[in-house]
Amino acid sequence: MPLTLFEKVWNQHAVRQLPTGQTQLYIGLHLIHEVTSPQAFDMLRARGWTVRAPHRTFATVDHIVPTGSQARPFTDNLAEQMTLALERNCREHKITLFNVESGRQGIVHVIGPELGLTRPGMTIACGDSHTSTHGAFGALAFGIGTSQVRDVLASQCMAMTPLKVRRIEISGHLATGVYAKDVILTVIQRLGIEGGVGYAYEYAGDTISRMSMDERMTICNMSIEGGARVGYVNPDETTIAYLKGRPFAPAGPAFDTAAARWRALASDQDARYDDVVQLNAVEVSPTITWGTNPGQSVGVRDRLPASADTEALAFMGLTSNQPIAGTRIDVAFIGSCTNGRLSDLREAARVLQGRRVAAGVRALVVPGSQAVRAAAEREGLDDVFRSAGFDWRGAGCSMCLAMNPDKLNGREVCASSSNRNFKGRQGSPTGRTLLMSPAMVAAAAVEGAVVDVRELLGVRQ
Amino acid sequence: MSESRILAVSGRAVVLRGPDIDTDRIIPARFLKAVTFDGLEQHVFADDRQALSAAGQRHPFDHPESAGASILVVNKNFGCGSSREHAPQALYRWGIRAVVGESFADIFFSNALMLGLPCVSLSAPHIEALMTAVNGTPSLRVAVDVEHGAVSVTGSVWPVFVPAHAKDALTSGHWDGAGLLLARYEEVDAVASRLPY
Ligand code: SF4
Repeated sequence: MPLTLFEKVWNQHAVRQLPTGQTQLYIGLHLIHEVTSPQAFDMLRARGWTVRAPHRTFATVDHIVPTGSQARPFTDNLAEQMTLALERNCREHKITLFNVESGRQGIVHVIGPELGLTRPGMTIACGDSHTSTHGAFGALAFGIGTSQVRDVLASQCMAMTPLKVRRIEISGHLATGVYAKDVILTVIQRLGIEGGVGYAYEYAGDTISRMSMDERMTICNMSIEGGARVGYVNPDETTIAYLKGRPFAPAGPAFDTAAARWRALASDQDARYDDVVQLNAVEVSPTITWGTNPGQSVGVRDRLPASADTEALAFMGLTSNQPIAGTRIDVAFIGSCTNGRLSDLREAARVLQGRRVAAGVRALVVPGSQAVRAAAEREGLDDVFRSAGFDWRGAGCSMCLAMNPDKLNGREVCASSSNRNFKGRQGSPTGRTLLMSPAMVAAAAVEGAVVDVRELLGVRQ
Repeated sequence: MSESRILAVSGRAVVLRGPDIDTDRIIPARFLKAVTFDGLEQHVFADDRQALSAAGQRHPFDHPESAGASILVVNKNFGCGSSREHAPQALYRWGIRAVVGESFADIFFSNALMLGLPCVSLSAPHIEALMTAVNGTPSLRVAVDVEHGAVSVTGSVWPVFVPAHAKDALTSGHWDGAGLLLARYEEVDAVASRLPY
């Protein structure tokens, strides 16, 4: 019987049907971080349980780490306490931890793939909703809460109800200056932020096939913003080439065996889907959110909808029908698990080359991992950013959710390459976020306002 | 840990209008900077409450009549966004024992279930009627019958949707499923040993 990748991977990891009717699913890789795990370890201790598969569990610190000085102890005592708790828990349970001293630290969804921990056909769980990122490799990657983190620690399993699968076929070439971020913002805008509830999103079509792994990760990352618990792309030669030589990927002949298996995981040609939708990449333009959820977006040359939600407009200080271009910004943030990878920094640097951040704009770039930071420095990208007036920082989540000192103040408006524009998300209850691609953030930083990056790239419209 | 069967919940209700209330609003990230869930109830909807009070208004959680309420009534896609369990934890610790809404985000729903906090779905017109009734008479008692899938208030009984697994987990007392996952572990080992990685 023809099957989707979702079904193949699910079937391989299904242990049994639980009395509740849910499936007990084995988890092949468990990623943990400092914010959602300490309570889980405490629950484990309270019941006298141990970690069932420490060799399948990997930890890092990302959410609260400062991105300025990372000298220990951290200036923020609470951040220090959380880091100490994670270090203690990892030591006690023999879990590999990539802390700031390791050289391999970074946002959990950036380091999993770059270390080769994330591989096709895996089931992956992490106490973080953007775990969907790892689906770019053809894995089923679930964001979970802390009690489920406890369950996975204790049993290496979780209870799940199978999801329906919606195939999202994207075809056609993306124009210069249009990126994966614009594609996923458009998908969410069309299908709605609740449209994916109960679904896994399978992204397919020639546009996706041509995308790099970094771009596919950007797409899968934001599946959750469309309500889908997981998103994935079928593994192909791009996936295999990316994984070759990664520290935790199989090596030698074992790699070729694994690669053959990975190819066979892709959804069968005549697999059945619960839903299929299509998108023409030619229709996608640089996209920006104007509101307080990631579905409220428009193209850079468009006006806000006539019937835009009034509460969101009031919060944002915008009006319906106004053009989005020209909206003033105070802060420019490049980073996060959506767009904090090397290719993102390259695209932003391309825009910034020979230019300066507008007066009055605070601009920061936060690489997704220490490895991304080092690779960018080898290419001299840090110089481009610094000369343009950007602050070049250490790796972490930073101003994506502002659990460290990187925050918006008051009603500041931030052009951000992250994934959420919720009220208060960037650390100020009244702060305002405009989501866009890293290149668009760079352009906005230079202009001091939202502008079509294609004008700066010299692309004729 | 003692697990208990949750068949029905009743009590006074608090109404929170608006679609897509995300978990960053339920509990802003700065309150996640702690190694326990203790005290989260003090910060539930912190920013929304503060913004309203600065504008001379009152957030539903600050209405004196809301004190002691145990049922939360919401609109659609409640709990979208971050997977932070801190959100249902904060609501639970504040005193909420059931949420009645048009619909719920996936991860929020499962996190709530793990705490024994039922989230039941009611049609939009019935939610509107329920909200109006409660706001008109805050002392009303709302009864959420998980077992039979119904919400009732002052003589009206409306059918609610509870996914089969959630209903089973709540009514059988298996909502904290860790015990089930650890039973028959030889089957887990068998699956693990067959994995190619
Ligand atoms: S970068 Fe932002 S979205 Fe990604 S894991 Fe960190 S806080 Fe979450």
